[in-house]
Amino acid sequence: MNSFQYSRAQDVADAVRQSAADGSAKFIAGGTNLVDLMKYEVERPARLIDISHLPLRAIEEPPGGGLRVGALVPNSDLAWHPQVKERYPLLSSAILAGASTQLRNMASTGGNLLQRTRCLYFYDVATPCNKRKPGSGCAAVGGINRINAILGTSDVCIATHPSDMCVALAALDATVHVVGPEGERAIAMTDFHRLPGDTPERDTNLGANEIVTAIALPARSFRTHYTYLKIRDRLSYAFALVAVAAALEIEGGIIREARLALGGVAHKPWRDPEAEAVLVGQSAERNTFAKAASVVLRDAKGFGHNDFKIDLARRTIIRALDQAAQGTPQSQSDKRIA
Amino acid sequence: MTSYIGTATSRIDGRDKVTGTARYAAEFGAPDLAYASLVTSPIARGRLKRLDVTAALKVQGVITVLSHQNRPSMADNDKAYKDQVAPRNGSPFRPLYDDGIKFSGQPVAVVLAEDLETASYAASLVHVAYDEEPHVTDITRQRYNGMALKAPAKPRGDATKAFSESDARHEADYFVPIEHHNPMELYASTAIWNDGRITVYDKTQGVQNVHGYLCGVFECDPGDIRVMSPYVGGAFGSGLRPPFQVALAVLAARAISRSVRLVLTRQQMYAIGYRPAMIQRIQLGAKADGSLNAISHDAVTSTSEYEDFHRNETTWSSLLYRSETAKYDHKLVRLDLPTGCDMRAPSAATGVYALEAAMDELAEALKMDPIELRLKCYSDRDQSNGLPFSSKNLRECYRQGAETFGWSRRNPAPRSMREGHEFIGWGMATGVWEALQMPIAVRIALTSNGHAEVSCATADIGTGTYTIMAQVAADMLGLPLEAISIKLGDSTLPQAPVEGGSWMAASVSNGIVTTSQAIRDDLLKLAQRLPGSPLKGRSGDEVVLANGAIALKTDGRDATAIADVMRSAGIDRIEREERTTFAKDDAHAHNTHSAIFAEVRVDEDIGVIRVTRVVSAVAAGRILNLKTARSQIMGGVVWGMGMALHEETLIDHRFGRMMNANIAEYHVPVNADVHDVDVIFVDEQDEFVNPMGIKGLGEIGIVGVPAAIANAVYHATGVRVRDLPITLDKLTRKA
Repeated sequence: MNSFQYSRAQDVADAVRQSAADGSAKFIAGGTNLVDLMKYEVERPARLIDISHLPLRAIEEPPGGGLRVGALVPNSDLAWHPQVKERYPLLSSAILAGASTQLRNMASTGGNLLQRTRCLYFYDVATPCNKRKPGSGCAAVGGINRINAILGTSDVCIATHPSDMCVALAALDATVHVVGPEGERAIAMTDFHRLPGDTPERDTNLGANEIVTAIALPARSFRTHYTYLKIRDRLSYAFALVAVAAALEIEGGIIREARLALGGVAHKPWRDPEAEAVLVGQSAERNTFAKAASVVLRDAKGFGHNDFKIDLARRTIIRALDQAAQGTPQSQSDKRIA
Repeated sequence: MTSYIGTATSRIDGRDKVTGTARYAAEFGAPDLAYASLVTSPIARGRLKRLDVTAALKVQGVITVLSHQNRPSMADNDKAYKDQVAPRNGSPFRPLYDDGIKFSGQPVAVVLAEDLETASYAASLVHVAYDEEPHVTDITRQRYNGMALKAPAKPRGDATKAFSESDARHEADYFVPIEHHNPMELYASTAIWNDGRITVYDKTQGVQNVHGYLCGVFECDPGDIRVMSPYVGGAFGSGLRPPFQVALAVLAARAISRSVRLVLTRQQMYAIGYRPAMIQRIQLGAKADGSLNAISHDAVTSTSEYEDFHRNETTWSSLLYRSETAKYDHKLVRLDLPTGCDMRAPSAATGVYALEAAMDELAEALKMDPIELRLKCYSDRDQSNGLPFSSKNLRECYRQGAETFGWSRRNPAPRSMREGHEFIGWGMATGVWEALQMPIAVRIALTSNGHAEVSCATADIGTGTYTIMAQVAADMLGLPLEAISIKLGDSTLPQAPVEGGSWMAASVSNGIVTTSQAIRDDLLKLAQRLPGSPLKGRSGDEVVLANGAIALKTDGRDATAIADVMRSAGIDRIEREERTTFAKDDAHAHNTHSAIFAEVRVDEDIGVIRVTRVVSAVAAGRILNLKTARSQIMGGVVWGMGMALHEETLIDHRFGRMMNANIAEYHVPVNADVHDVDVIFVDEQDEFVNPMGIKGLGEIGIVGVPAAIANAVYHATGVRVRDLPITLDKLTRKA
């Protein structure tokens, strides 16, 4: 770990100011990912700006419906909040599928968005990685890539986005509120994270000195027909091989509205409007689900060890849509797949 | 008087552990403590070309940077580096000795600083250039380039011919990847400097092994170094040999004449030892009635370029089942990795996995129940030497295990049992390990206030050694458990072997018996001096220590309080140290056995595997403590689940580097993976193995579990996965 300066931000404006004044500063809240990365020498910030005490811990109902979640709300508080459990069970379920109780207690909502992508080589500074060191090469292509991406990859990076929460937020069409030197702006969740392209060093579209202040959930909450189905190598405390957030509105057996987002398969939570369009207006049955899965995976590409993810994703999408349609969401405590 | 032996006694060190007063190697300190951080090699083979420490030395708080160029002197011969557990052949790794690079992760420099943060930051500023040489780390590439070992048992008959003439045949390769121990406690050594003498607090399974090693490496007198290890947070074999951090901590203390602490990171721990990768080929041939005609077991295991580490995987198929013919082969492959080491049930966890998975496949070929096949081939003698077992109650393990599990309700057809989306699979396997004991010395100091201190340089690596020692001493000295205190984990205490091989419970318990008998005899002599003593003319064998008194064994009458005996004699302390050796019993084979039954549930579409029930029925002689024994077996079962489903160290062979050297990406089972684990101790009395009839439990718990789960996965899905771990992608891959 490198030697660094530490300062506390007085308020959001001060945080932005301090960040702008020091090009290699990082904000720290729960630190559950950043501190690990510093220990591995992957991140070497010259300054940590502590934002953990800023007043961004509220969960509020704004006029016009929906829910506004402060960026510093701990993951556990968000998952167990009565409004979230009641109205947005997909979000609650996704959060509880991730990490461990201890990590969820520590991790903030904004920090969850800003977890760095996952790849064995990104975390090992003794190996090449275009994300860590642009131009050094991608060791995962042709290397150990069982956990890597199958969708939206580029020649220079096949890392995967690690969050469960973000997959649900993408499915729910959440909006990320940020503040920067130019003032406030809102970014659609689906635009917040990036595909690697030829700039894999950038995980998100957050500006250099911008800070996440809140997540806004729209009124539509899919509280009846939803599921978060996460498939992993052990039954808890492991990242997703494939995760599917599915949310449907069904009337008389016909799908009126459909949301489908995937985790563990791409550099960002993967939404596919074309696949959702395939579902809408169709009867909620296996054939329909299989068609949607085929559309989602039409351009999927494996890199050897992760080839299995394509078929696994297909099966998981179908099961998740079936769970959602049946109203039998996946339990995150009993690991038996409903 | 109640006896403690055989009861479910809670750990006597439990309170200290849960309240944090039990101190581990990295928790000891000194006012002059300096902190060490390692710089390690990213290349697998070659030479260190250039070392630039300029930037590191400029950091405030850095004391020095040690490398092979400026280190204090170390021994220059292999013998000095050979610890008690070192492989016979080879040249042990010498940390910071020269510019040679033998494995990725090898320490090349030690940064010393006033605090840990400064040391680790400065370590990141050390720039090293290497001359890289080609390396090989892939066992599959070297499979046919191995050296033949003499280890396997002699062949019996013509196994090739018998196999080809068998009614039913099975032949397959079984692969086990590199696995790491991952004990919870990080490897650490704190070397306390005291005017040239050093006390090292170390995480180890054998303080005297580390002591001898350090005296050899640093060419110093035994009195100059003392090694202490009062508590160990798991080791599982990784702490049998002295890891490089203990030599480096002492080297650093000698370099700066100060106390030094070195704690390895989780990633660095991956370079100190692991279960080697291996490929095993098994051939089984049987007559139609299930009796075996032929067993053939070929093992290819891996070691480093500099030492020949191996255990004998084929041993287990050479002893377990009756077969007319048999042949064995073991080849050792060299890879550019650190030397592997013992890991829970070394050779049996792996060898029995291959044998027992193959037996399941043979049972299927014979259309025979897996237990029936094993009973058909059941042997009351070790098949490799014809010796009868000192005791073997495996039949009862099968019977009780099957009954508890409900095996008779099993539909033998794969994919025949299901509930909802899940296929249910039931599998079983046999487990076997050896029952050993080692020479040991125990000191007991009995004081007239009714307290006894028992000392021995053994280790308690989390298994409960403190507790069983106290139980045995309490029973033998006739004192309550609370009156016994245990001292262990100190190289100056009476001689003990390393704690491994499942031999410590038997060794130290019998050692305590020997010394207790010496104490008893002393007391008897003193008691006989009392006027009118009813014990006059009696021998030690005729009396017993019970309820704080010495009395006749026959009826317990005529008891005289120990305190009175000692007071009358005018002494307040009796201290004896005795060495216990064990008569060689050449007339028997000595083994523990088990039968494992596992239930898995596998999702029909997704392939997620859940182990919902395990029954382990164990025959392991006398059980000293039902509580710690059960925990031992449960731990073994959970580890067997990890071996079956989760554990694999991934090496990128292009870099010769372990890529998942952390506990986020190297998976072991978590609570959600563990459901019902039922442990049965089958009654087994053994009058030959050692006077107390103790066989040891450290290893047997894991043996057979991976095969039982693999067999259950097959029964659930109809898919045989013969390369561990059985991850869900392997259930759907194309052949």
